[in-house]
Order: sequence, then structure tokens, then C-alpha cells
Amino acid sequence: MHALADGLVLASTVDFDLRSLYDGFWTLTVEGLTYGAIYALVAVGYTLVYGVLKLINFAHSEVFMVGMFGQYVALLLLGFTPSGNAYAEGTAMTLVYLVIACLFGMAVSGLTAVGLERVAYRPLRKRGAKPLTFLITAIGMSFVLQEFVHYVLPKFGGDPPLGGSTAQPGIRLVEQKKLFELFDASVFNLTLIIIGSALVLTFLADTLINRTKLGRGIRSVAQDPEAATLMGVSRERVIMLTFLIGGLLAGAAALLYTLRVPTGIVYNGGFILGIKAFSAAVLGGIGNIRGALLGGLLLGVMENYGSVVFGNQWKDVVAFVLLILVLMIRPTGILGEKLTRARV
Amino acid sequence: MSAPTTTDTTAPERGRGLGDRIRFWWNNLPRPQQWAIGVPAVIVIALLPVIKPPIISTTAVDFGGMMAQFAMIALIAIGLNVVVGQTGLLDLGYVGFYAVGAYVVALFTSPASPVWNSADHGFFSGPWAWLACVPLAIVLTGVTGVILGTPTLRLRGDYLAIVTLGFGEIVRLLADNLTDVTNGAAGLQNVLFPEVGKSAQNPDGVFSSGNNSGTLNFGVWWFWLGLVLVIAVLFFVGNLERSRVGRSWIAIREDEDVAEIMGVPTFRFKLWAFVIGAGIGGLSGALYAGQVQYVDPKGFTVINSMLFLCAVVVGGQGNKLGVIVGAFIIVYLPARVQGIQVGDQSLGDFKYLFFGVALVALMIFRPQGMFPARARLLAYGRQVYAAVTTPVRARRAGTAGVEAKS
Repeated sequence: MHALADGLVLASTVDFDLRSLYDGFWTLTVEGLTYGAIYALVAVGYTLVYGVLKLINFAHSEVFMVGMFGQYVALLLLGFTPSGNAYAEGTAMTLVYLVIACLFGMAVSGLTAVGLERVAYRPLRKRGAKPLTFLITAIGMSFVLQEFVHYVLPKFGGDPPLGGSTAQPGIRLVEQKKLFELFDASVFNLTLIIIGSALVLTFLADTLINRTKLGRGIRSVAQDPEAATLMGVSRERVIMLTFLIGGLLAGAAALLYTLRVPTGIVYNGGFILGIKAFSAAVLGGIGNIRGALLGGLLLGVMENYGSVVFGNQWKDVVAFVLLILVLMIRPTGILGEKLTRARV
Repeated sequence: MSAPTTTDTTAPERGRGLGDRIRFWWNNLPRPQQWAIGVPAVIVIALLPVIKPPIISTTAVDFGGMMAQFAMIALIAIGLNVVVGQTGLLDLGYVGFYAVGAYVVALFTSPASPVWNSADHGFFSGPWAWLACVPLAIVLTGVTGVILGTPTLRLRGDYLAIVTLGFGEIVRLLADNLTDVTNGAAGLQNVLFPEVGKSAQNPDGVFSSGNNSGTLNFGVWWFWLGLVLVIAVLFFVGNLERSRVGRSWIAIREDEDVAEIMGVPTFRFKLWAFVIGAGIGGLSGALYAGQVQYVDPKGFTVINSMLFLCAVVVGGQGNKLGVIVGAFIIVYLPARVQGIQVGDQSLGDFKYLFFGVALVALMIFRPQGMFPARARLLAYGRQVYAAVTTPVRARRAGTAGVEAKS
């Protein structure tokens, strides 16, 4: 009887609002795609590393977080100051600044990812450690990076200091402007920049993996590290490049994310996003770049629908339940693990 | 006569680390000596927060309270070890079970509980309410384990990991957002605790948070209670380990397909591992709710799941005593660093930085954990074990003689 009462209470707590989903369908879709594109970019980093090393690189969310700080520092160096208003520099100059910040963020993230591999994972590989050992190391590095930004970075000064326990005041580089309407959803310049760049970058990564010599090396190591080594592929170099590519994309994702959420730059700001991105990678089929893109977009859109139907506080629950449901039906994700499969 | 092919598991394994030497020494002691050493050792550990050894004890955090927390994490580590170390299932959402256990106790005994008015419910109010809730917490958490395990245990490896991680977050978000059931982010205050040892000084008994001064504060009492539970659970898990169940778990961990082919009902035993692990997590949660006397969703984030996993791996997966050492390390290190002051900088700020560095360094230099489990014969009892292994050694020693005679 008690359980029944619980059930009734449950039903009264969760609202079920299909009407607003119907009313705002296109707006929600566009918004969901925006977040989904960012998830997808981060997810590619997880998926590549997993494909090659069979390792859940938990510290990848911190690589993303460091990228947010990287692009922020770049903007500060360029002379921008945090303010509530957006800068109006004209389209051309804005784009130039964006690209500079993006490259800086990418460089910081990429270097962090490669450094992570060198400092933490390579010694383990040399010793032939078990997967769980890698996972604990990843958790350890995640603590180190977060706490470095949390407590050590503020010691270097700055006004307001970089890092620390509060979020950096946002720099709004791009003024949000409505460009056109898609069905009844307004499409803003930010939306286009985010979705467009994410798609282009994912496409580039996919081409790199599937169409180039370097990509063939990565795929061969993913498929059979020993045979690949015998065929003259340098395994260490491939692993380093895999981390580098993942890190670069995470840095780009960091810039796109801060465009959307300028006040999200904080030491633990990458954590939940990282978990979502990893879920997205699994959802689409981990080890598979197209899967990461599909999973990211799907997760972004579905959780946005869910946040309207059930209420905003249930957004993350919707994302995880979706993940569990999809894995029930397709245990290796929607597109399956494909990076490891042979391709001519 | 063919040479015996059984590996002699009692042979001294020199140079394989401190853990193996201790294990060898311990296994070769006669039973009375084991008791004579084991009981005083446990008593010394129990008295640690009373003695407060100068260098070991924490300065910024109450040593008794820290030890109480250690007992809870030790329980969790033993429970998670069943799932991760023995059965080889990667569970990243173990904090969910801890949360369920804590919330069961809190929902039944807190006056703030929206679903249950504890004022006049006989068993669930008054001095024994906490104790009455403990079995309930274990059973309900076990049921949660079934609910999570049934659909997800068909997944393997890292897919299971991410699904359990999602589960842990879902539990926390439910606790946070189902305000009508769990009181949401406000949490549940005044959770009941065992009211024993009432005196003029401690009107609510020794387990009350009001008993917060002197040597025997409530932290010490909770630590003792926790220690008793840890020993009880160790016996329980140890017996399981040496039974058909434990052997099935190890078979599943080593190779699930082979285990299935050899006739181990893998799904059923994986589910059992989940349920037993969950039940122990629930017990620990109940302990937590009683000690802190306040439960809110903030204490049950993903980070905690990671820390629990660290305790298991650092201690040595599969070794139930090793993981207790692991639990001690993850509780003790941050707490110890907290009180150290260098210049005007408290090292407490850097506690997780140090912790992360320590984790990475430990994994590089000792990837198998501090006290890794060793493959050994799992038999029902000591006598069986001795009976099976001794002839092997005797035979091996006598082989030369036999050959000489023939």
C-alpha cells in the first residue's frame, strides 16, 4: 500500500506536458541540435581513444574544461574584457577573433590531451596494465586537472583571477542575431556557427580516419595493434595522434560551448558535459565517429524534448534513460563499433 | 606415477610484495595463534581513535568521525569488491545504492519525511527505529540492485559501466527532484539513531551528534558499530567466496563465455553479485544516515562512485582485506592533509590534487593495487583446504624417494 502511495506521489510530481513540445517543436529541435553538436565534438575524442586503446578516457572532460580556459585566456590577451554586453566588431573581425580564440583553445586542449597520454597512460601501457588501472589513472588525472584549475591557477593572479571556485565572468564575443526562421523556429547566427563548425569538424575527423594514410594507421592499430606494428605502423605515434585529434576537437567544442554559455567557464564545468558526451558516444556506437555525431545530436535533441515534456529538472534523467533504453535494444549502440572493422 | 600438476598454492612466494609475505605467514599459523594475533589487532584498530596516536591522527578533522567514515567506506569497498573485484563487472554507479540505503532510513525516521510520519509508528519511532530500518534498507537496496541488474546485466564491459554511471546519476536526480517524496534539495533532517547509553551528559545517548566532545564522542561509537558490521560482512562475504557462488563469480570474471559453457548460470550469478553488493552498499548508507543524521542529494554525486572504485582498485581488487586498506587510504589521505599548514597556505585546499597525483603514481608503480588477490584454491573450509594442499607438498617432497626406490 505504501508503494502505491509512492507511485501516486510520483505521478503528481512529474508533469506531463506534451502541449509545449508540440508548440515549440522546431525551436526545441534547433536548440537541441546546438547542444548535440557540442556533445558530438567531445564524443569524437572519447570514441577515438576508446577505439584505439579500449580505454574510457575519463579525463577527456577535463581536456574540454582546460580548452574553455584556453580560449578565455586568448580573448583576454586580445584585449577583451568580461562584460554583460556583446561586442559588436563587425562580422569579419568577429570571425577573425573567433578563429584565433578557437585555435588557442584547440592548442591548449590538444597539448593537454597529449601530455595526459605521455604522463599518465604511456607508463601504464609499457607495463601492460589492465583496463581498470587505466580507468583509475584517468580518474586521478581528472582530479589533478580540476584541482589545478580550482586552487593552483588562482595563485598566478589576474583580475578577476583565473580559475578558483567561481565561474569566470563571461566574454560575449558574438552578438546574438536572428538570421531567418526555419518553420517556426528562429535560427540565430550563434546556432549556425555552432552547428556548422561542429559538422565541418566532425566531417574532417571522419575523412581523416577513413580516407587518409594516417587514418588507416589509426584503424589498423584499433583492429590489431600487434599486426599493425608488424606492418610498420608506429603504435605510439598513432596513440599520440589519436589523443591529439581528440584534444583538438574538445578545444573547438570548448569555444563553441562558451559561445552558447559564456558563464560556463569553471573548474568543474566539463564534468557533466563530459559524461553526456561519453553517453552520446556509447549511444551512437563507441569507436565510431559517425556514431558519435549521431549519438550527440540525438542525445541533445531528445533531452531537450524531455526537458519540456517532463520539466527542466528531468533533462539529465531523460538523457540517461534514453541511453539505457537504446542499449537494451542495441547493446553496442545504434551504429555499432565500427572503427575496428576493416575497410579498404 | 605421474608428477602432480596441481599448482602448490601454499608455497612461499618471495619477492612478490608485502601482501604475499603477510598472507603466507598468516596461512601457516595454527588457528589458536591466528586468534591470539587477530583479536588484539582488531582491538588496537578499534582503540585508535581513543588513543589518538600523535602523528597518525588527523588534526583538522575529528579522528573519531574520520574513522566512522572509514568504516562506512570500508563496507562500501567490500560490497563493491564483490561486484568489481570478484565478478569483474565494472560498476560506476555504486553511489546509487549507498543513496538508496541512506534514504530508506531517512524517509522512515526523519520528521521531515513527506511520505512517512514517524511520530507514532511504533517500530519506526523511538529508540530502536534506526535498527528496525537497517534490515529494511538492506532489502530495499537489494531490490534496487535487481531493478538495475535485470535489464542491464546482459551488457558487457564498458557498456555496463556507462549504464551504471547513468543509474547513479538518476538516483541522485530523483532524490533531488522528487520533492514530494524525498523533500528534494532541502534534505531530511533529524534522522533517528540508536538511543543507547543515555546519561545526564548525553541525554540522547552516545550515538547522538550531541555527544561531540571528549574522547568517546559519537564518531568513535559509530566507528565501533561500523567495525562490528565490517567484521560481520567480512565473514559473510568470505563464506560466499569459498562457496559455489564465489567460484561462479570468479569463473565469470575470468571468462564469461567459458563459464556459461561450463554450466555456470552466468546471468543469475551476476545478478546475485549485484544484489549482494547493493545490499552491503545499502547497509553502509543506513550507517551514514544514522551517523550524520541528515541526508541530502549533494552527498551522492558521481565523484563518490569514482572514489569508491578507487578504494577497491588501490587496495587490490578481489582481496576483501586489501580493499579495506584502500578505503582507509581514500578517507584518511584527504583528511590528514587538511590540517597541515605550509606558510599561510593550508594544504587542505590541495587535498584532491594530492589525491589525484597519488592515484596516478600508485597506478604507475603498482598497477595491481597494494594488496592484489592471488589465485588460490577456493574450498569450503580450512580443513578441506589443508587436506587438499598438504598431500601435494608431501608428494612433491617425496617424489625423488619414490623414483629412487622403483
